[in-house]
Amino acid sequence: MGSRKKTILKLSGAVAAMYLFSFLLVPLYDVFCDITGLNGKVTQTTNAESSISIEGREIGLQFISHNNAGMPWTFKPSKEVTKIKTGTMYEATFYAKNTTNEMMVGRAVNSVAPTNAKDYIKKIECFCFAEGIELMPGEEILLPIKMVVDNELPSNIKNIVLSYTIFDSNLEKKIIMDHDGDHAGS
Amino acid sequence: MSAVIENHHNEHDHHGPAKGLKRWFYTTNHKDIGTLYLWFSFAMFLIGGAMAMIIRAELFQPGMQIVEPEFYNQMITLHGLIMIFGGVMPAFVGLANWLVPMMIGAPDMALPRMNNLSFWILPFAFFVLLSSLFMEGGAPNFGWTFYAPLSTTYAPPSTTFFIFSVHIMGASSIMGSINVIVTIMNMRAPGMGLMKMPLFVWSWLITAYLLIAVMPVLAGAVTMMLMDIHFGTSFFNAAGGGDPVLFQHIFWFFGHPEVYIMILPAFGIVSHIIETFSRKQLFGYSSMVWAMLSIAILSFVVWAHHMFTVGMPLAAELFFMWSTMLIAVPTGVKVFNWIATMFKGSITFETPMLFACAFVVLFTLGGFSGLMLAITPADFQYHDTYFVVAHFHYVLVPGAIFSIMAAVYYWIPKWTGNMYDERLGRLHFWLSFIGVNVTFFPQHFIGLAGMPRRVPDYALQFADWNMVSTAGAFLFGFSQVFFLFIVIKTVMGGKQATDQVWEGARGLEWTVDSPAPYHTFSIPPKVS
Amino acid sequence: MTNVRNLICTFKTQFIVIAFALSSQLSAEWDALNMTKGATEISREVYDLHMLIFWICVAIGVLVFGVMFYSMYAYTKKKNPVAATFHESTKVEIAWTIIPFLILIAMAVPASKTLQTMYNDEAGDINIQVVGYQWKWQYRYLEDDVNFFANLTTDLDEIYNKVPKGENYLQEVDEMVVIPVGKKVRFLITANDVIHSWWVPAFAIKQDAIPGFINTAWTIVEEPGLYRGKCTELCGKNHGFMPIVVKAVEQDEYDSWIAEKQAAAIAMAELTEKDWTAEELVARGEALYTTNCVACHQVNGQGITGIFPALAGSGIVMNDKARNIEILMEGVQGAAMNSFSYLSEVEMASVITYTRQSWGNAQNGDGEIVAPKDIVEYKKNKI
Repeated sequence: MGSRKKTILKLSGAVAAMYLFSFLLVPLYDVFCDITGLNGKVTQTTNAESSISIEGREIGLQFISHNNAGMPWTFKPSKEVTKIKTGTMYEATFYAKNTTNEMMVGRAVNSVAPTNAKDYIKKIECFCFAEGIELMPGEEILLPIKMVVDNELPSNIKNIVLSYTIFDSNLEKKIIMDHDGDHAGS
Repeated sequence: MSAVIENHHNEHDHHGPAKGLKRWFYTTNHKDIGTLYLWFSFAMFLIGGAMAMIIRAELFQPGMQIVEPEFYNQMITLHGLIMIFGGVMPAFVGLANWLVPMMIGAPDMALPRMNNLSFWILPFAFFVLLSSLFMEGGAPNFGWTFYAPLSTTYAPPSTTFFIFSVHIMGASSIMGSINVIVTIMNMRAPGMGLMKMPLFVWSWLITAYLLIAVMPVLAGAVTMMLMDIHFGTSFFNAAGGGDPVLFQHIFWFFGHPEVYIMILPAFGIVSHIIETFSRKQLFGYSSMVWAMLSIAILSFVVWAHHMFTVGMPLAAELFFMWSTMLIAVPTGVKVFNWIATMFKGSITFETPMLFACAFVVLFTLGGFSGLMLAITPADFQYHDTYFVVAHFHYVLVPGAIFSIMAAVYYWIPKWTGNMYDERLGRLHFWLSFIGVNVTFFPQHFIGLAGMPRRVPDYALQFADWNMVSTAGAFLFGFSQVFFLFIVIKTVMGGKQATDQVWEGARGLEWTVDSPAPYHTFSIPPKVS
Repeated sequence: MTNVRNLICTFKTQFIVIAFALSSQLSAEWDALNMTKGATEISREVYDLHMLIFWICVAIGVLVFGVMFYSMYAYTKKKNPVAATFHESTKVEIAWTIIPFLILIAMAVPASKTLQTMYNDEAGDINIQVVGYQWKWQYRYLEDDVNFFANLTTDLDEIYNKVPKGENYLQEVDEMVVIPVGKKVRFLITANDVIHSWWVPAFAIKQDAIPGFINTAWTIVEEPGLYRGKCTELCGKNHGFMPIVVKAVEQDEYDSWIAEKQAAAIAMAELTEKDWTAEELVARGEALYTTNCVACHQVNGQGITGIFPALAGSGIVMNDKARNIEILMEGVQGAAMNSFSYLSEVEMASVITYTRQSWGNAQNGDGEIVAPKDIVEYKKNKI
């Protein structure tokens, strides 16, 4: 009977461990993404200085923006297309305006094309690192980006597209709340 | 494995089953619980099958005829969930309940009261799931894979009940597997070493470990969904810093081993049946065990082959392509072993053997299309088309479900003491065999020709084969009602079965009386 | 004798002719059942890979099932009453582990190479952002500032079997993606709400469209033509109703198409300034209503009870012009009603006016029209 109890205990332990493991997958995934570039996000860098060196070649840079479903803000790059030199610091801005008459929190998600340019883009500052961009009704803001493209960028990459999608942080809550009430309609 | 039985007559001084309904609600007897599981899974199989008929009827012709797209999506979701969690898995658990104790010479399962609980929460889980059909906003409509954000931000309110029912199903499976493992590890008859265990027991031991490893992960995934929906977290919500692709990784980390959970016990069953009807010892017993173990281990490193189009880096795509292809090796070994068992055997083709032979051929066909799907560049064309639908139905219907039917025909004389009607059994086999192929084979074509899965309507060039497929589906569907009739007929009566039942059968379960007494192996047999 | 020989000869020729005709017809039909060879180098490589693996599987199948069927035939109890007793052989086991492994390597090598080529998304001559919406696609030409939506144009009556189905049933859209042949066109694929998947079989491109993330795919199309595709990730109710049509044209045709598109955008802006009559707006609005609104609110404006509200007789549509505009511009959060703010001012005004003038709404309500200027005003006043 003793060994039976032991087996049961071990198995229950394994079940609990696997349950916890499923939650552990969340941070593990972030680490994994960081290493492999799985989700195409550029994360904040601390050693950008090492990339600032002699002025390199000229490359094209294009910013694109998208408002996710239910996000009424005006959100666009101040300058959509530009040319920059690798190895030098570049500063850009995005314009955002809360066009509603209530306070809103937005959140930007960034992505890069081509995929393998990601490792060579060092962002020192980006509004997309912020957990939320809070804007009062009618408030306008210029959102900063500070970045360097490393000189090591593969030579066949001549253009980089940086995409930013703005989400309404409360979209989910709004939709769920509506489930409790009636379906609103026009 | 050759088991020579020294002490095979059991004492009959035990009390029999209780009378009436109480017997079934309070039972802790592994045979009763096995029976409950099997009948429950049959009921779910018919309900899930009815949904499949609705799906196929809508797809009979292009255009919307019978249901609306919204309801169609609910049907495909529930069909998948019910067939997997209500049909195939409980059927295997039922077989494990009936057979594992009898095969290892144990008097019952190790944890009989938990066994009762793990069964009786299941009907409740499916009652909750099915009741969502009548809720405002309808049942879950996001496919059995419930990808976020369709299943979170954009889901109908009934999703909460769906999560609740998945939790209960998971709890039931986990309890069932703990029971199986404890039984196998602690209650084998003296002399039965691990490498002497019947293959069905081996296959269930491995399956149970897989379940313990991945059902909690599924529970974790739906818990995160629940928290995203109700408690403002953002595991999968990009608006809060989460990532919808993370959901797919967690889901398929559960989902791929889950696929093998549904096929490993089938490997065990088919090995027994082929061995019996070839009247020849199974070829390569130990390589069979090792093959199952390697399939189980590999199943943890191939999950992202379900996500080749999600936009992973090249290195990840290559890794998952190669690891997936590797699975073909142990699977091939199993198929070769079965054929080598038949080679130079002395074969007869009773119904279980017919189903087993069809299993080997059709499961291998499913394996071939699986190999094609592993090739990433080609998968870009196959992914989420009817080619995939054909593939997984080939491994699940003539794979898992044929093996379950084969098992029922093979062991029902032992369970009931009556032989089934061989003529009807063969008729059922041929109807099912034709039905399954007419249904799913053309789906390879419509998939390659470009028809996506999970659509209620399609372009005109897919019309002909969809019509054929629907005709096959109805043939297959109705032949399962016929199966129900055969089973009931056998339970009610029939030719008295001998204790040995099949000439070539090996194993402890054939040493007890037919029908198997309510309590078997109260005194453990000796295996040499 | 010679007569007979002649006869046989004639039969032979006829047989060959018939067989040839049959086989070519069969192979044509076979093509329709198989994966497309497609229109690009990559898609042909993918097709070749597919066929290679297919034939390898066929060969293995013939061999393995051959032995199996032979055993089933030759070793029945009748023919072989006593079974052999062998049950293991290490040599055989090792052989049938290693041989499949080698075959797998032979498949993996070309597959990995093709995959590497497909992943080379480093540059594109033309870049198009593709955005999946519930349930339509948006295309944005990044270099040329051309931007439009593609909706399904198949009539609801066709879908509900009231009229015969057209040749391109469920595969036709109001705006095709036009690309030039011989240029590397790169697609930057993303989504607005849930996950979609952009699939054009002829290019062997299938990429998931995920909100917030950009997935890339590229193609170089060789021949001008129409290439049709579909959404392949379950994205809700109308997942089966958001097709893709790509039109590949010669470079000069492409250039003039771009110019035309840009001119049309300017013309649209001018239209906004014009004074409109109710009739003009209603005429424009009807078609827009059909593509954008009918799926939910129905042709008769009655909606579906309990799910989609009726527009006919709606208080807002009859009397509350301001709220009417607001709903179409912002959508109704939590309900199925999306924002339609991507419509141009003229389109927006037309479709609103259409609903305000139809189904007796004008007679029972204030009958006011919404002019493009009102939309411009709304956008300006929105704090």
